[in-house]
Amino acid sequence: MSETGPAAAGVALATPAAASISVHGLSKSYGDIEAVRGIDFEVAPGEIFGFLGPNGAGKSTTISMLCTLAKPSAGSALVAGFDVNRERDAVRRNIGLVFQDTTLDGYLTAEQNMRLHAELYGVPRELIRPRMQQVLEMVGLWERRSSEVNTFSGGMKRRLEIARGLMHSPRVLFLDEPTVGLDPQTRSSIWAYIRQLKQTEDITIFLTTHYMDEAEYCDRIAIMDKGVIVVLDTPDALKASVGHDRVTLQTDDDAGAIAALAEHFEIAAKVSEGAISFGVAEGEHFVPRLFAELGVPIRSVSVSRPSLDDVFMSYTGTTIRDAEASAGERGRAATAMLRRRG
Amino acid sequence: MRGELRAVKIVWQRELIRFSKDKLRIVTALVQPVLFLFVLGTGLSRLASAGTHGVDLRTFVYPGVLCMAVLFTAMFSAASLVWDREFGFLREMMVAPVRRSSLVLGKCLGGATVASFQGVIVICLAGLVGVPYAPALIVEIVLLQMVLAFAITAFGVMVAARIKQIQSFMAITQMVMMPMYFLSGAIFPVAGLPAWLTVLNRLDPMTYAVDPMRRLVFSHLHISAAARRTLDPGVTWWGWHVPTVLEAGVVAAIGLLCLAAAVVQFSGRE
Repeated sequence: MSETGPAAAGVALATPAAASISVHGLSKSYGDIEAVRGIDFEVAPGEIFGFLGPNGAGKSTTISMLCTLAKPSAGSALVAGFDVNRERDAVRRNIGLVFQDTTLDGYLTAEQNMRLHAELYGVPRELIRPRMQQVLEMVGLWERRSSEVNTFSGGMKRRLEIARGLMHSPRVLFLDEPTVGLDPQTRSSIWAYIRQLKQTEDITIFLTTHYMDEAEYCDRIAIMDKGVIVVLDTPDALKASVGHDRVTLQTDDDAGAIAALAEHFEIAAKVSEGAISFGVAEGEHFVPRLFAELGVPIRSVSVSRPSLDDVFMSYTGTTIRDAEASAGERGRAATAMLRRRG
Repeated sequence: MRGELRAVKIVWQRELIRFSKDKLRIVTALVQPVLFLFVLGTGLSRLASAGTHGVDLRTFVYPGVLCMAVLFTAMFSAASLVWDREFGFLREMMVAPVRRSSLVLGKCLGGATVASFQGVIVICLAGLVGVPYAPALIVEIVLLQMVLAFAITAFGVMVAARIKQIQSFMAITQMVMMPMYFLSGAIFPVAGLPAWLTVLNRLDPMTYAVDPMRRLVFSHLHISAAARRTLDPGVTWWGWHVPTVLEAGVVAAIGLLCLAAAVVQFSGRE
């Protein structure tokens, strides 16, 4: 199974030059705050690659560095074959960006926003209209191209930003929390577009997210916590690596239950999100034993196959929500610093 | 290079599109000039009539008002940069593979165009204050307005480079625009002032736009020599009459300096 460090590059690539994104020892500090502490990984062309982790883990900082929006404190990165430190403009020409915050001009129409982007990125004149039609049709906004963006819903704006990011046919598309703040229906339709992208365009997609279900759509994910990559592999491999099911208990006497689990079953259980949870192989066979031998009244029990939440738990010791709660402070500080540089 | 020109062009165009969509702004930007011209001008005309040697106070104030319309509109154009930052659009431009200088230049040209347009609207009021619609005069006024518009926009963009909130920019605007206007000789002749006021007047960049404007307008008026001497004495530096061309040159130079400073400010950020 994958461990941390250079070996976490996971799937070995034929040659380094073939990698779409290649990162070595990348770090970023804001004063005393170490947002990213030396990460290494590679992304293959055509992959959907995800960075999963709680807020404040360093995902946004990493993506900023890869997009040449922040200067790395140390380390190097090659994006689409160009160095982010020394060949900034070349990197920018070959990447598309969709941020968490809207960067559209609300008073212009969708078409005008697309046009502006095309001009700034030097899209050949004769290609502008056909390309615009192609990408707007893909996200279902061609009909609304002459409407002012202020009249669009949040989901429509996000779709427009994705279309705009693709306008100049980039080799890599960066999506920073692409569905945050959107309702579930819109979230799934955005993902439909992203997956469609993979079929129709020759493009690598790099995204960050703190939603487990989104990470499932990725070809490979890297789990990031407190500025380091904890593990990197395909979602299936990661789930298989957990090796056990998660059993979640609610009892009348949590302390007693935990003690009993430790003593009688030699299981170290944790309380998370108000319930006792622990891992055990073949959970469904274990539950009857639990009822028979625990000695503490059980109010409810559930057994689940490993999810990415379990992966996160097993590699970092907490669930994403708990990690977010404690990382809140760090995240806010880092985000505030990022904003101030805006 | 062609890519940079396309960027300049599209940023310029965006200013024009935004301006044309904001009908309210076009109207409100005219309120203050009209106020100065017809309310102040008319109200004070009896008090001032002795001193103006028979020239209507409104005619005297008119050149200043031509400059005022440009001043306000240009500053508002620059202010939109702060809005862009607050609403995130600025990021789209900063992240593109274009030089910051192209973005700044496009913004300044756009703001200058828009402010000049406002200035032209005020030109239309000329007849109401006894100024003839002579074609040569109009062309000269427009040219001077364009130079001023560019300089003020560049100044505004330079200031806006560092400002994060629109309220701060507005506060600075108030602190700067009104003193600049009042000290410029827009509403009083620049000769015979007490020493301290003379100094402030000569230091005010607006002075070097208002004075040529006044000379241009007055050159097409039929007024007595005494009136001309009193109302249009011209700016002097230690007794030496500053030629109109040099005055316009001062404004242009300030504009270019501010443009350079703005480019430096924007290039420094990520």
